[in-house]
Amino acid sequence: MSTRDWLLEDSPTSRWQANAGRAYRVFTALLRNPLSVLGGVIILVLILTAIFAPWIAPYSATGQSLGNRLLSPSGEHWMGTDELGRDIFSRVIYGSQITLTIVGLVALISAPLGLLVGAIAGYFGGWTDRVLMGFTDIFLSMPKLILALAFVAALGPGINNAIIAIAITSWPAYARIARAETLTIRNAEFIQAVQLQGANPVRVIVQHILPLCTSSMIVRVTLDMAGVILTAAGLGFIGLGAQPPLPEWGAMISRGRTFILDQWWVATMPGFAIIIVSLGFCFLGDGLRDVLDPKSEGK
Amino acid sequence: MSLEPQLTAPPAPISPNKRIWGRRASAVAGFVATVFLTFLGLLAITFFIGRVIPIDPVLAVVGDRATNAVYEAARVQMGLDKPLVVQFFHYVVGVFTGDLGQSVSTGRSVAEDISRFFPATLEMATIGIIIGVVIGVPLGVIAASGQGSWVDQIIRVVGLLGYSMPAFWLGLVGLALFYARLRWVGGPGRLDIFYDGLVSPVTGLILIDSLLAGEFDIFWNAINHLILPASVLGFFSLAYIARMTRSFMLDQLNQEFVTTARVKGVPERVVIWRHAFNPIRVQLITVIGLSYAGLLEGSVMIETVFSWPGIGNYLTTALLNADMNAVLGSTLVIGAVFIFINKISDVLYRVLDPRAR
Repeated sequence: MSTRDWLLEDSPTSRWQANAGRAYRVFTALLRNPLSVLGGVIILVLILTAIFAPWIAPYSATGQSLGNRLLSPSGEHWMGTDELGRDIFSRVIYGSQITLTIVGLVALISAPLGLLVGAIAGYFGGWTDRVLMGFTDIFLSMPKLILALAFVAALGPGINNAIIAIAITSWPAYARIARAETLTIRNAEFIQAVQLQGANPVRVIVQHILPLCTSSMIVRVTLDMAGVILTAAGLGFIGLGAQPPLPEWGAMISRGRTFILDQWWVATMPGFAIIIVSLGFCFLGDGLRDVLDPKSEGK
Repeated sequence: MSLEPQLTAPPAPISPNKRIWGRRASAVAGFVATVFLTFLGLLAITFFIGRVIPIDPVLAVVGDRATNAVYEAARVQMGLDKPLVVQFFHYVVGVFTGDLGQSVSTGRSVAEDISRFFPATLEMATIGIIIGVVIGVPLGVIAASGQGSWVDQIIRVVGLLGYSMPAFWLGLVGLALFYARLRWVGGPGRLDIFYDGLVSPVTGLILIDSLLAGEFDIFWNAINHLILPASVLGFFSLAYIARMTRSFMLDQLNQEFVTTARVKGVPERVVIWRHAFNPIRVQLITVIGLSYAGLLEGSVMIETVFSWPGIGNYLTTALLNADMNAVLGSTLVIGAVFIFINKISDVLYRVLDPRAR
């Protein structure tokens, strides 16, 4: 029996086989959509670039050479050099590490937090639900960027605080989704069966409800990543995110502002990196949504 | 920059047998209650950011070289010796009486600063939303009526770019191209330097003030400066409005009454603009309201790029000077306007659209 047949087996004999089969079906469905393939490739390239940055970048990200300041793009410096003679291409390459860290940590903090709040609210209902969701709605109706700015202002500038601030402003959307999903499965028979066997609420939520919320969560998180990248870049641009000499893309654009009229490449090049990576997440998120969550298409 | 409106709670189901006025009264009461609670939540968050997160707010004011007596006096004066609940109460009362504290960097009261800077932001966001609506709505309709055509593809690309392009970057590129290279538009700021301060502020909106004063060259100069930042903002609302218009129109065009109209031989132009477009106007009002609120937020970045003397620029300057009163005051005002527009468009939708009642 070939691997493919084993994966597409109608009556899988183990959980592992069922999960692998489902993953395989999602993967092949994604491959049919050219844009989501493009998105996936962009994200893959981002990850590989971040891992292998020291080998890819032709120059150091922070090494200055004042003799080479503000050179226009050429064969030697593909994206030109900045006001301290640093190679912009190398800095953009190293910047991918920072972007990936921000995106990853924000997802790791805000998605589980939102999941937990939403699942608890949906599962217990009543006052727990009202209080938690009231709180969530208040956060949801705030302008995200402004709120993140105010949090960073209080916590102090820096990349860690920027990550915390962005995570604080992005969990409520996940809580709403998790609550909606929980409400639809809360009274399902398999949940009642587990409850009758004496499982406590923690076990029901963690083992039986949360796993069912993950697919819509993955879709939403992927789609939100473009926004996270833009917010992080915005914080960097204002000077509250990653601090110099870190090659964060938003901060690089901010440095290039002074030279925008004559040395346009200093500010524009990191912007292209931001756009490409954000587009990648949008494409992949759109594709994932069509496969995992076809109901909400076009919304 | 994303202008996607944030999800709000689904409207509560209303029992069908109440009289219509009773329903409206309870809807109004519910609206006032949610708006009030959300404002209170906003206040709680700014209070938390200002008083709880900083390890020692007194130290932030008096500095670490102050003597114990000075420190203690400042602590009592700021009300920090009282319990948090009492402090919060004083804070809320202060905000409702228009007291947002003093700005350290400008030396004026924050409320006065904001009323001085807000009109500039309002002017830019309003021109931005007009650009977004005037171009975005027809684009969306055309895209929906020719699904898969090249216009449709362009809308898709514009929509995605609207989600993945940093607003401040687009502003910089626009400055480099249209101001520095082509000299088509004015540079940063609201007016050229030699026009500055010539018109006495009546409304604070230069376009209106200059017309009132009959200074047409100042009016044109202001437009010259306004058009680029407003177009950048307009691009983001255009992307969102066009995408939503397209999706609403597609919903309508797939309905049976549209097919009936077509079968009866109604001209396609009439089918699109009367049969399909008329029912979505109410939904569009909501979308436009939401993206207007989003523009107020988006203007923070744009104002920084264009040295636009609005509330966003005030906020970012305050952020860099660690001027917490000014930061929290502008967060509060932007947040309040944002929430208010959000809720209003929500209510408008329910009042105007019979299907949502």
